[in-house]
Amino acid sequence: MTVTTSANGTTTANVSAATASAAASAAATAEATGPQSLTMAKALNTAMADAMRNDPSVLVFGEDVGMLGGVFRITDGLMAEFGEQRCFDTPLAESGIVGMAVGMAINGMRPAIEMQFDAFAYPAFEQIVSHVAKMHNRTKGKLKMPMVIRVPYAGGIGGVEHHCDSSESYYAHTAGLKVYTPATVADGYRMLREAIDSDDPVMFMEPKKLYWSKDQVDLGALRAEHDAGTSTEGRAAVARPGTDATLIAYGPSVPTALAAAAAAAEEGRSLEVIDVRTLVPFDDETVCASVRKTGRAVVIAEAHGFASVSSEIVARVQERAFHYLAAPILRVTGFDVPFPSPKLEHYYLPSVDRILDAVDDLQWED
Amino acid sequence: MTIHADHSAPETAVDDSAADVRTKFGISVEDYMLPARHQIQMVNPDGTLRSQDEQGTEPGHEYPTPGDAELMAAYEQLVVGRRVNDQNSALVRQGRMAVYPSSHGQEACQVAAAMCLSEGDWLFPTYRDAVAVMTRGVDPVEVMTIFRGDWHGGYDPTEHKVGIQCTPLTTQLLHAVGVAHAAKLRGENTVVMAMCGDGATSEGDFHEALNFAAVFHLPVIFFVQNNKYAISVPLSHQSVAPSLAHKAVGYGMAGERVDGNDLVALLAVMDRAVKLARDGSGPLLIEAHTYRMQAHTNADDATRYRPDSEVAEWQAKDPLARMKSYLTDKGLLDAAASERITSHAEAVATQLREGLGEDVPVQPLDLFKYVFAKQTPQLKEQSELLASELARAESANGTDNSGTESAK
Repeated sequence: MTVTTSANGTTTANVSAATASAAASAAATAEATGPQSLTMAKALNTAMADAMRNDPSVLVFGEDVGMLGGVFRITDGLMAEFGEQRCFDTPLAESGIVGMAVGMAINGMRPAIEMQFDAFAYPAFEQIVSHVAKMHNRTKGKLKMPMVIRVPYAGGIGGVEHHCDSSESYYAHTAGLKVYTPATVADGYRMLREAIDSDDPVMFMEPKKLYWSKDQVDLGALRAEHDAGTSTEGRAAVARPGTDATLIAYGPSVPTALAAAAAAAEEGRSLEVIDVRTLVPFDDETVCASVRKTGRAVVIAEAHGFASVSSEIVARVQERAFHYLAAPILRVTGFDVPFPSPKLEHYYLPSVDRILDAVDDLQWED
Repeated sequence: MTIHADHSAPETAVDDSAADVRTKFGISVEDYMLPARHQIQMVNPDGTLRSQDEQGTEPGHEYPTPGDAELMAAYEQLVVGRRVNDQNSALVRQGRMAVYPSSHGQEACQVAAAMCLSEGDWLFPTYRDAVAVMTRGVDPVEVMTIFRGDWHGGYDPTEHKVGIQCTPLTTQLLHAVGVAHAAKLRGENTVVMAMCGDGATSEGDFHEALNFAAVFHLPVIFFVQNNKYAISVPLSHQSVAPSLAHKAVGYGMAGERVDGNDLVALLAVMDRAVKLARDGSGPLLIEAHTYRMQAHTNADDATRYRPDSEVAEWQAKDPLARMKSYLTDKGLLDAAASERITSHAEAVATQLREGLGEDVPVQPLDLFKYVFAKQTPQLKEQSELLASELARAESANGTDNSGTESAK
């Protein structure tokens, strides 16, 4: 069994190489109908462009999102198509970006803003926690916060210090924020459109290492699905059906869980993989239905395990499915250490081996 | 312009303010952006009008005196504001409200900040700016709901275009910037008043808001009430800049200092600032020198950090007495007008006493109602849990507890 630490297997690639790779994929066409090979970067980019075409109140701003198209090129071409008034660079100040977006949302706009990196978003934490999350509540719904804060997050790209962090638990812990994280190319499009449509503020956590993951998707079908208004908000997905145990994962950990399930299948063990998709709202129903069926579960997340989304998932599942469990629910998470440097991150990140070891520990002999 | 094509951008917007300033006032752009050498002051503490050359004005820093009708209307709001402050402080002492950060002594700033705006403009207040919020037209009892503790806000911000009163310092300045930016993109001629105090100028969001407003050339007026203390910490511990208004030039905007207890000067400076901003000047920074006559809140003890002699010195500069004397000498304020204004203030005080005197039952299930526009299954579950607790308590007591149970 091999240890894979990221979807594209590049644990030591530096950020500029990653950026160049994103630029190449963003240049790919996204206009064709029928199934086509698309990166998540291009799916996200197309979702924003479609939303901006549909609704003049959708604005995109942040650091380097204009001429450059974002350091990951997710906003590539938006300024060219929609003009400097609807896609623009701001001064370099994250609190300013989010605070100004709050004012714009108060005054009829739907900002979809970018934080350049997970760990660079912290200056905006006060605006997010004290205002974005609370404005609807404080005003008894008179002011809504229809805004999306896009955050490239998590590891697997060999990012240098403060360029990789798993910050989803901070936001998931804050009442009033919705937290989405796509794991597939199609969900990149689908969920970003839903986030921009939402009248609630959405922290949109984009797994950096999946920006360049490719899949065959039909944009025409995704657009039609969006226009039909069938929202998948709050629904987890069964990413791979199975019968013996459930792997519960989200965002960057979903491909790792799928790889583990494929490896387990070779050994004759059938693992079901659940892609949580939205951390808030959380789909207790789908997750618990799977665990009730299999009787065993491992939760997988890159973030530190202590006081985290993964600990919340374990708590929720055992509260609701205790009598169906054949073994304690285990977790494979990042260690409780600061996010490691590029050469050390593969020791830190959940791996196929570590997941399979956890599965082996689910008391099969009983 | 692709946003809301039914609006057009105002023709007056100019970006080359430097050239404009040179032709208009014959001074350099730096001299325009730096505050005048002295603060703008029009009426002495004793109510006498200062002579034209003693008002602190300079080329590029000239302010026409407000008209009589505006002065009288503002004086009326000043009297009401003082009455509101003192009534609210009394209600706190009687236990009708949890807390009230009084703007006693700063009412001229409060009144001017609201009165210089037009209907379509926005105001973003701090926790101490309740009088400005009321002057803007918000119902006094709704304003005080936040301090009574029913909910973390009591009025609809969209009704009078007043942001919710903000406690985390200067975070609201960025909201003001965003409102102005959105309005500008739609081609609307909206001016936004963004209020904060002297201590707040140390916050990072103060810097970010001023810089964003300047870079995006937005019609925001940053109005700093320098009341000399941030709770107990004096201004000397916040900044060693020549004045807070001097910070403006660093952002590329004009700054001005004004006597914050002189309502005439305040109206003159604020009215001009609104006009300039509406005509495309970009943002402006105004620092008003005033004094917080009372403690930070009822929970504070101001005698621990400032001498009585200092308070007495500012008592002699009271904005109310000054304005009353000025308007009386000017022949605008007679006994009848004075009586009418006093009874208006008493009516508002009565409204506050009556509105805050009775306990409005709180609705425990409201806890879950406004967290999201679209509720989550988790909150629905928790809401049902509380509802069943309330129902059980009700049947146990044989009384209706739906309103007051949570207070027990």
